[in-house]
Amino acid sequence: MCHQSVGLIAREVEAAGIPTLCMTSAYDITQAVNPPRAVFLNYPLGHQTGKPDDSANQRAIVLAALNAFEAISKPGTIVELPYVWDPNDRRWEETDYTPGFLPPRPKKAAADLAEQERRRRYTTANSG
Amino acid sequence: MPVAYIPRTRELYNAYTPYRWVVNEEPPPWTPLKKPLAQCKVALMSSGGVLYRDQPRFHREDASYRLIPKNARRDELSVWHFGYPTKDAEKDPNCVFPLERMREFEAEGRIGELCDPAFTFMGGIYSARKVREELAPKIVEELRSRNVEAFYLVPA
Repeated sequence: MCHQSVGLIAREVEAAGIPTLCMTSAYDITQAVNPPRAVFLNYPLGHQTGKPDDSANQRAIVLAALNAFEAISKPGTIVELPYVWDPNDRRWEETDYTPGFLPPRPKKAAADLAEQERRRRYTTANSG
Repeated sequence: MPVAYIPRTRELYNAYTPYRWVVNEEPPPWTPLKKPLAQCKVALMSSGGVLYRDQPRFHREDASYRLIPKNARRDELSVWHFGYPTKDAEKDPNCVFPLERMREFEAEGRIGELCDPAFTFMGGIYSARKVREELAPKIVEELRSRNVEAFYLVPA
């Protein structure tokens, strides 16, 4: 859904006269919504600009996206990046976004409590 | 091979009427970049549900967005989203919101200027109409009022 929302916004912003580039890890959804420029990275959802605590990996991906931003000249182009999540283990491709893949949603009471705690952390100490 | 997420979504939510994804067959709108990114003011937006300090969380079908100061530290950011596993993004928001990387590219001159603030929302919005008619026009206004010349969007 995120991919569709991002593509829709990109189209509106581009139509308003500002060039856009969308990252994507869901090729089919992005192809359907058809944003002006996109860069595809074959990583599991939630890592569209790279692996956690791996700034070299993130840099390479974001830099490739910036390069593609300047290079794409045909509307609707999706540039595919060569990076592989784990060359020795492609099992995530079988399980990503299948039943049981998403953690259960927290109950409202638990969510409210977590939010209160987070807000208190920043309002009482006010130092971060 | 890219994972086919449209059939996976259908399977994951097979108790519900299949979702009607937006299909735009006509060519997308097009605005050429007028100059290299090294001379552009670039804005960053993520749909990964990232929040700054005590900002309120997102709700179901929530088309609101948050302004994230461009110098926000990692420990000032949190993540609120149910459409993807957020464990890694909570540990390192740069997985879906590469603010630190974009600051580096600004410092190194790869982009001219990083727009302050950056923008986040929770992309799991089923209503495409809501995204197009409520959220997108506000983002256009935010970008225009700040003279943004290039817009980088990251889904999650």
